[in-house]
Amino acid sequence: MSHSQHEAIPYTTEVREDTGLYNGKLGMWLFLASEVMLFGGLFSAYVFLRLGARPGEWPHGLLNIPIGTFNTLVLITSSLTVAMSWTALKLGDFQTYRKYQLVTLACAVGFLAIKSFEYYDKFTHYEVWLKAPLAAGEHPGLAGHAAAPDAEVPSVIGHVEGVGPFETLASLEEAGATSITIHPDKYHYRLTAWQQAERTMKEASMEGGSAGAEAHEGLTIELSKIARLSALVPRHSTFFACYFTLTALHALHVAGGIVAFAWLLWPGARMWREEPERYTNRIEVTGLFWHFVDLVWIFLFPTLYLL
Amino acid sequence: MSSETHELGFLRKYVFSLDHKVIGIQYGITSLSFVFVGLVLMMLMRWQIANPGEAVPIVGGLLEGVMGVPAAEGKISPDLYNMFGAMHGTIMIFLGIVPLVFGAFGNYLVPLQIGAPDMAFPKLNMFSYHLYLWGGLVMLASFLAPGGPAQAGWTSYPPLTTIIPTDGQTYWIIAMVIIITSSLLGSINVITTVIQLRAPGMTWGRLPFFVWTEFVTAFLLLLSFPPLESGAILQFVDRIFGASFFMPHDLIVSGTPMADVSGGGSPLLWQHLFWFLGHPEVYVLVLAPMGIVTEIFANNIRKPIWGYPAMVGSILTIGFLSMVVWAHHMFMTGMGSNISMFFQTTTTVISIPSVIVMTCLLLSLWGGSIRFTVPMLFAITFLPMFGIGGLTGIPMAFNSTDTVLHDSYYIIGHFHYLVAPGTLFAVFGGIYYWFPKATGRHMSVKLGHAHFWGSLVCMNLIFFPMLVQGLAGMGRRMSDGGANYSLANPSNEGVVGALSSTIMGLNVLIAWSVVALALFQLPFIFNFFYSIVAGEKVENDNPWGATTLEWQTPTPPPHGNFAEPVVVYRKAYDYSLHFKALHAQEAPEWGSVAHLPDFEPQNLPVSAETVGAPE
Repeated sequence: MSHSQHEAIPYTTEVREDTGLYNGKLGMWLFLASEVMLFGGLFSAYVFLRLGARPGEWPHGLLNIPIGTFNTLVLITSSLTVAMSWTALKLGDFQTYRKYQLVTLACAVGFLAIKSFEYYDKFTHYEVWLKAPLAAGEHPGLAGHAAAPDAEVPSVIGHVEGVGPFETLASLEEAGATSITIHPDKYHYRLTAWQQAERTMKEASMEGGSAGAEAHEGLTIELSKIARLSALVPRHSTFFACYFTLTALHALHVAGGIVAFAWLLWPGARMWREEPERYTNRIEVTGLFWHFVDLVWIFLFPTLYLL
Repeated sequence: MSSETHELGFLRKYVFSLDHKVIGIQYGITSLSFVFVGLVLMMLMRWQIANPGEAVPIVGGLLEGVMGVPAAEGKISPDLYNMFGAMHGTIMIFLGIVPLVFGAFGNYLVPLQIGAPDMAFPKLNMFSYHLYLWGGLVMLASFLAPGGPAQAGWTSYPPLTTIIPTDGQTYWIIAMVIIITSSLLGSINVITTVIQLRAPGMTWGRLPFFVWTEFVTAFLLLLSFPPLESGAILQFVDRIFGASFFMPHDLIVSGTPMADVSGGGSPLLWQHLFWFLGHPEVYVLVLAPMGIVTEIFANNIRKPIWGYPAMVGSILTIGFLSMVVWAHHMFMTGMGSNISMFFQTTTTVISIPSVIVMTCLLLSLWGGSIRFTVPMLFAITFLPMFGIGGLTGIPMAFNSTDTVLHDSYYIIGHFHYLVAPGTLFAVFGGIYYWFPKATGRHMSVKLGHAHFWGSLVCMNLIFFPMLVQGLAGMGRRMSDGGANYSLANPSNEGVVGALSSTIMGLNVLIAWSVVALALFQLPFIFNFFYSIVAGEKVENDNPWGATTLEWQTPTPPPHGNFAEPVVVYRKAYDYSLHFKALHAQEAPEWGSVAHLPDFEPQNLPVSAETVGAPE
């Protein structure tokens, strides 16, 4: 039934001469234009909030750059295989298309898996604000660093022994805990990325990397001395609110792409036998979407991880 | 071709239809219902303003039953007033007018006017209607949420939205995200349809003006709605996950520090994201009505629209400029003089293309043989009403005057003149005009006149006093209608600027005019449903004698629209030209369009002209 109706609408498959497009491709470009505005709004919000942040309040170096880089490569690979699969279809080679798309799906799922590992790491990574600030000298993440931004720092940040995700001070008290043992990070986020890199280089040349070991010593803090405790979740800070909102929205797009590709690869593949050209167009249009999702990540990665 | 006319079941035909005309009518009926809800809210508010502190008659008990504490004793408390205010704005704009002018008229007419069999993506079209419906239902459901619906205005400014602990605001955000998604899909569909599905010969210069307006509207929705969607997402994260995108450091409300929900954010960020949509949205509300008015004009003055290219150029300019004027809604935030200079300039510049469109329409009347049909009455009234709305907006374009007027009733009067007797009148005109095509029957002229004159008088009695009240200094958000600041309040004795009894008395005038306005909608509602079944049948497929393609179809147009493939040979408004040629030889009777056409349909081959008018 839908078949006969679709034929009544021109340019579903063939290209209109004066525009050089078929309907679906134009529709996707328009959709992507709106997506640019959507992410544009969020990126602008990021810029706006970051410019307005108080000095020393924008965290640095809390995201895992090697894993982020690896994930970027995974996503770029998937973009490549989408393009290759479309080329294969254009040449009439369904089997090759299938192989490439399986790689695409594997990359996409892999991306989400790596991302959820990163997320979980943040959910169990805590910042603890103390009622009495620590002097820079006794602070594990700042010790020995001349360029520390403040003489005193009110918080310690790291993994907490035996504490799961999303705990708060109230929930820990409710559970009957009286103190926590935190393993502070090597650096405090109040050091800028540049200061952290400087310090890493200095340590590497002088001590051969022994600083890492001391940073893993646990620090036991009584709950009564804690002013606030938060995992690295949206509630923690504006930076993490931005990070989770942007990457989660991006992850939703990735998931949408996975659904579309999987549908076209299995139940939707019947169309290949009846209308190969239309099927190829669908891959092209979905591919456009995928490249866009990829592109968003290429902007997200440096903005959130590196800057 | 769908030559095999298999019967579709009720669900497929009316609920999950893929036919753009059915979807258009679905949009129309749904959005008119929402306009009705908005009207009822407005009536309640106006009644309470005129009678502060008194229980609402008749429905007071019902209100208390539904809304609970905020409507205790059947009175509209300040909280309930805020809820109604927020929901009146939201419903009227996002669920009423926009789906009406874009979803209903756009869906029904655009494919017909460009000679296309349907929209480019019928399934997407169906999906966007259903998204809109569900978004609307979520919005209505918020009335039943514990603590009531959103109460921070249709603009949902953050410190307020975050401080109010009830769930209504969360419903509002979710509903908005659904509605925005629906609009986005709809706009993709309209743009693709206009670009790809124009019939052979339908060049850009031959597009009916209405199609141009929908085309620009679609671009506005496509590009300006997503930033609001991102704002809504951020507000959602704020409310659900405890982030603080919009809450500044060290916020203290009524002496209570807001440290739990506050820090690191900026309320201004929301205002920017909101008004980046908000201003283009204003043009979403008026462009398509301009198009409707133009179609009705061309048909009822029986001559080509004067200055068609200038009008098209103007609305394209409006489209571009409307993206760079948003911060004139934010003069009150105390922005720096450089920024405010930029936005004052763009705001004044954007009035030029609007004036060009209005001027072209006005000049088109010159030398026309005007038929004062019911649609034409509405369309011609659009000009002065929109004119008042537009001209009263000019003081708002300047920071210095805006600062004084912004929070007064003056601004309420200003934008309601644009939207109520402006946009809504164009919409009514459009309904009377295209009703015969959609149903095969005319609406009653007598009832149409009652509807028109009654609405015209009442709308002016409602909105003009608001301009006066605003200039007298009445604030725009007071649930008691300013009674607290009036001379009637003993503590204000001798206070310069306290509201006089004349100004306060206008509240009563407005309230009764609102009642009358509602009564004058009854002829329309009756006319609409009665005429579907028992209206006078149309004598042919083109009862108004129109040139555009929607009238060259069977009545009502079947699935697939056109009986045979369409080819377009002419501009959109070829009225009178042919007639003039004939007129040179004989003097035919004016108005007898049935046997002597004074128009040439767009799909009439040019060669036929010589048959009709031998030179």
